[in-house]
Amino acid sequence: MTRRRKIVFWLFVLGGLHGIVLCAGFFAPYDPVEQDRINPYLPPMHLHIVDAEKHLHLRPFVYASRLRPGTFDQYVEDIRQTRPLKFFVAGAPYRLFGFLPARLHLFGDGKERIYLLGTDAFGRDQLSRLLFGGQISLFSGLLGAGFTLSIGWCIGAAAGYYGGWRDDMLMRLVELFLALPWLYLLFAVRAFLPLTVNPLKAFFLIIAVIAAVGWARPARLVRGIVLSAKERDFVRAARGFGASSFYILRRHILPETSSVLLTQAAILIPQYVLAEMTLSFLGLGVPEPVPSWGNLLSNLQQYSVLVSYWWMYLPALVMAPFFLGYLGLASALQESSDAYKIEKRSLGSLA
Amino acid sequence: MMRYLLRRLAHAFFLIIGVSVLTFLFTTLAPGNYFDEMRLNPQIAPETLAALRAQYQLDQPLAIRYASWVNSVLHGEIGFSFAYNSPVAPLLLVRAKNTLLLTLTATVVAWAIALPLGVWSAERLGRLPDRVISWSTAVLLVIPDLALALGLLVLALRTGWFPAGGMASVDFKSLSSLNRIRDLARHMTLPVVALVLSTLPILVRHVRAAVADVLHAPFLLAAEGHGIPPRTLLYRYALPAAANPLVSLFGFSIGALLSGSLLIEVVMSWPGLGPFLLEAILARDIYVVIGGVLFSTIFLAAGNFLADVLLYWVDPRIRTESASR
Repeated sequence: MTRRRKIVFWLFVLGGLHGIVLCAGFFAPYDPVEQDRINPYLPPMHLHIVDAEKHLHLRPFVYASRLRPGTFDQYVEDIRQTRPLKFFVAGAPYRLFGFLPARLHLFGDGKERIYLLGTDAFGRDQLSRLLFGGQISLFSGLLGAGFTLSIGWCIGAAAGYYGGWRDDMLMRLVELFLALPWLYLLFAVRAFLPLTVNPLKAFFLIIAVIAAVGWARPARLVRGIVLSAKERDFVRAARGFGASSFYILRRHILPETSSVLLTQAAILIPQYVLAEMTLSFLGLGVPEPVPSWGNLLSNLQQYSVLVSYWWMYLPALVMAPFFLGYLGLASALQESSDAYKIEKRSLGSLA
Repeated sequence: MMRYLLRRLAHAFFLIIGVSVLTFLFTTLAPGNYFDEMRLNPQIAPETLAALRAQYQLDQPLAIRYASWVNSVLHGEIGFSFAYNSPVAPLLLVRAKNTLLLTLTATVVAWAIALPLGVWSAERLGRLPDRVISWSTAVLLVIPDLALALGLLVLALRTGWFPAGGMASVDFKSLSSLNRIRDLARHMTLPVVALVLSTLPILVRHVRAAVADVLHAPFLLAAEGHGIPPRTLLYRYALPAAANPLVSLFGFSIGALLSGSLLIEVVMSWPGLGPFLLEAILARDIYVVIGGVLFSTIFLAAGNFLADVLLYWVDPRIRTESASR
């Protein structure tokens, strides 16, 4: 695969994965906070196409669950009751992309409930919570990276472009932030903000904290590029023609830094998703009942849950394909810029 | 030499001062303080609370608090814990010792595995061993620490091979010294494995990249032409030449000794700095938080300084550069 193909491939993979999470309301059969108290810790229902009498069904179905006689927390499949999977059914109302009111779900069954990934302690559908939780976790990562990169870009570009004492001062500050143990700093900053806040506030709080801690690395990288870019002939020419600083920064220097910004984004986003997960896991992030991958996992701090209900562990694994996508994208991006560098170096040695 | 080291040392010093100012600045953002919870208690008079706040200077402006804190640090006292009603330093030291026990072991193990693995992978660049190693490090990179730690914990609980969490068994005091070491080792295994697995992929990848970079350098071809055996070539010629980025990385792993294991400590309930700090955050015990951040920053600064010293020793280019300056 060429580098270009690789980048496009990974972008497609990531686009698909994020698309699913973005349209969580459609792919999730239920509301993530809707409780079903008579079915706590229901194990995932298996999809069947062949029933107990060996008849082939065209439409996949699940068996209803019932308590194993004599127990109060173990379920068995009830082979008398089948629940066929109906596709594109109307169900719980939700808002697509956060504002379009909709009722259409990918699958469901009008009256009876289907739990493909089981339920949690309150009988809430784990699949729905996973999908909606992804919205919180992924978008705090995306927004956090967006803020970090914009702050980092502004500071780095200012330092590199203006130089002199401004550069010195800003770079000392960058070194300070770079040297901080960043998870500890994240904690410390979080420590000094209100502990109990509503979910939306908590969400933006996390993003703010992440951006406040993380801007230094991109700032340093951007500064290095701006330093070399501002001496390029076309920048000098533009300045000679009387272009303003703002124009030069926007028109000539921003495009020069774009590849570094992209690579940084691919590295930072998963790191920030993980930061959100860590904070929420420890109870410092988005609070219940709103799901996020971190606070879904925080149930596992109880040993009984950890040992008995394996499907509660799924939020930890759901991260992996996203990470893989970002890792692939980051290495493809780095590869191309490295190759460019090597090419330039060999040309330089010939000249 | 001295000038170079002094400059690095001054740098580390300013770093620590900067961090302390920064953490103090963040404390002003905090709404409420440790004694706020007592307001709910009808048995405590508001005057008592005001007196308590005054005793700990919580009613003073930031600059004065910072000045008196610096004063006490200069007298060898880095703060006072509200929750434990005791100086912070001894509290932190006990936890830091536990953390260091864990992370030092993990760092040594991780480097001992990563060096040969990375060199081997670079030596067979693009062939089967390299591919296998690259893929397994990619898989390890993709699994978050949290999932790794939780997975290991499930393993421990299901199989009962290892104790799940903690640092010692309940009957630790009554054991003989040999059994004590065995008990400790059993408790340490899982957190160490989790830490090693989470740091290993990054180390292996860096070693591989650094060695692969120098492997086709002309001086190595010349050495090979002189008939130097491949093993000597690899470890005596290639590895020192590739040492520069690795030394920086090593300094970083020394620096992360106190702060790198936070999450794994919390998940595996290892009585280290991580859970202690978390508890302090939740209780708004601010001087413990400041002390903890300061401790780990000192370690980071020390790690960077160590890396600089090592670099000076390992890499002649830096020596000549600083001599010419």
